[in-house]
Amino acid sequence: MQSFDLSKDGLRALNSTLHSLRGETNMTEWEVINPKGSHSIAVGVDALIDVTVRGSTGYYCAGMNKQATIRVKGSAGPGVAENMMSGTVIVDGDASQYAGATGRGGLLVIKGNASSRCGISMKGIEIVVHGNIGHMSAFMAQSGTMIVLGDAGDALGDSLYEARLFVRGSVKSLGADCIEKEMRPEHLELLANLLERGEASHLAKPSEFKRYGSARTLYTFNVDNASAY
Amino acid sequence: MCGIVGLFLKDKTLEPQLGAMLTDMLITMTDRGPDSAGIAIYGEPQKGMAKLTLQSSKPLEDFNGLQGSIEKAVGSKIKASIKGTHIVIELPLSQLDNARKAVSAFSPTLKVMSAGENIEIFKEIGLPKDVAAMFGISTMGGTHGIGHTRMATESAVTTMGAHPFSTGHDQCLVHNGSLSNHNSVRRDLRRAGMEFETENDTEVAAAFISHKLKEGSSLGDAMNATLTDLDGFFTFVLGTKNGFGVVRDPIACKPAVMAETDKYVAFGSEYRALVNLPDIENARVWEPEPATVYFWER
Repeated sequence: MQSFDLSKDGLRALNSTLHSLRGETNMTEWEVINPKGSHSIAVGVDALIDVTVRGSTGYYCAGMNKQATIRVKGSAGPGVAENMMSGTVIVDGDASQYAGATGRGGLLVIKGNASSRCGISMKGIEIVVHGNIGHMSAFMAQSGTMIVLGDAGDALGDSLYEARLFVRGSVKSLGADCIEKEMRPEHLELLANLLERGEASHLAKPSEFKRYGSARTLYTFNVDNASAY
Repeated sequence: MCGIVGLFLKDKTLEPQLGAMLTDMLITMTDRGPDSAGIAIYGEPQKGMAKLTLQSSKPLEDFNGLQGSIEKAVGSKIKASIKGTHIVIELPLSQLDNARKAVSAFSPTLKVMSAGENIEIFKEIGLPKDVAAMFGISTMGGTHGIGHTRMATESAVTTMGAHPFSTGHDQCLVHNGSLSNHNSVRRDLRRAGMEFETENDTEVAAAFISHKLKEGSSLGDAMNATLTDLDGFFTFVLGTKNGFGVVRDPIACKPAVMAETDKYVAFGSEYRALVNLPDIENARVWEPEPATVYFWER
C-alpha cells in the first residue's frame, strides 16, 4: 500500500504521482490521508489502481476518472466524479451538488445523500445513491442510469434525453418532459445488477422502484415548429 | 465566489477562543475571495452598556479628539480603543443615538461599522490574514461571530462594500451570491425610512431583514421573506444579539456546509473551513437545504 499524506506532500505531488501511472501498474493500492476537504483529489487518474481517501474531500474529487476505483471514506464536496469516463467512485458519506455531472461512463456510488443537480447532463455514467437526491437532478441527462433508494427533490429529469432514472421513494416533482414509465422485466434485471454493483442489494429490491424517463416531446423535431427556425 | 464562515458557541469554555477559531476558518477561505475581509464578533453584553465601532480612512485625524467630543455629547466618560483603522467606543446604551449624532458631526469620513449591545464589526480591503491581524481578531472572545472574504461582483472594492453589513442594532449579514432586484428593493426600503451607505446588493438584503424585524417580524419570518422578495443567488448568514441564522435561495448554487456538536454550530462555504474545529470528526455535518431557514438562538 502506497500512502500519501496530503497535508505534508501537497496536492500537485499526489496528482502528478497518480498521473504517472498508466494502465497496468504493480503499485495498485493507494491511500490518501489528511484530505481535510481539499479540492481536486485524485483527478484525472488513468490506471487500474485503487485509491482510498481517508476523510472528506472538497470540489471535484475523482473528476475525469478512468479505470481507477476511488473510495472516499467521508463526504465529498461539489462535483465529485465530474465527467468520469470509466472506473468506480464510492463515497461513504454524502455528496454535494452536481455529483457525477456530465459523466460518460463508470459507476458512481453515494452511500449517503446527494444534493442538488446530481447526474446533471450525464452521458453514460451509472449512479447509485443509497439516500436522497436534491432538486434538478438528472437535468438534461442524455444517457446512462441513475438509481435512487431514497427520495428525489424538485424537477427530477428536467429536459431529459435518454437517461434512465429509477427512484424508490417519493419524487417531489418531475421536470419538464420527464414522465413515469412502466417497469418491464429488463428494467428489473438492470436494477438487480446495478444494486449489486452499487453495494445496495441488501438495502432494496428491484420491484420497489419506479422508472422515469423522457416523454420525448422536447428534444425531437416537430414539423409544426418548422417556421420557428 | 466569496467565502463565509460562522460560529455559534453553545459551550462557554470555547468563548475565549471564538476570535481565534473564526480567524483560522476565514483564512482557509482566502482563495474564495481576496478583495476584502470582515468579521463580526458578538461579545458578552454588559448590562446597560453599548458598543459603537467606527472606521475611518483617515484614522490619525479622525480619532484625534473624537473621544472628548463624544463624551461631551453623552455627558459621561466613555472608553475608546483604537484597533487599526477602527475605533471601538463603549458607552451607556441610552446614549447610543447621541453618540452617533456626535460622530457624524465630528467628521464625515467616520463610518459606523456596527452599533449595539454586543456586536463589533471589523472590515477592510485586503486578505483575511492581514485584516484579522490588523484588528487582533484572534485574541477576541465572544459567543458567536461571522466572517466573510469577498470577491466583489455587484459594487466596488471598498471598505464600505466589504461584508458584514450592519443595518440595525446588533444585526449583521454576509452574502455569497448576487441579487438582481436590489435597486428596486432599495427604493422601497428608502421610502420606508431605511438608510443606505452604499450601492451594494448585500446591504439591501441586510436592510430588508432589519426592516422586517423593525416591523415586528420574528427572525425566522424575516429570513423567510428573503425567499419571496429578493431575486438572485444567495447564501446568507446573519447574526443578531443572541441569534445566528442561515438561508439559501431555492436554486442553492452558492455552497454551504454546516456542522453541529453539543459545543457549537459552525458554517463554512466549504468543508475545508471546518476541519480544525474541535471534535469535527464526530460532528453532524450537512448541507443546508435550499429555501430553508435555519437559526439558533441563545
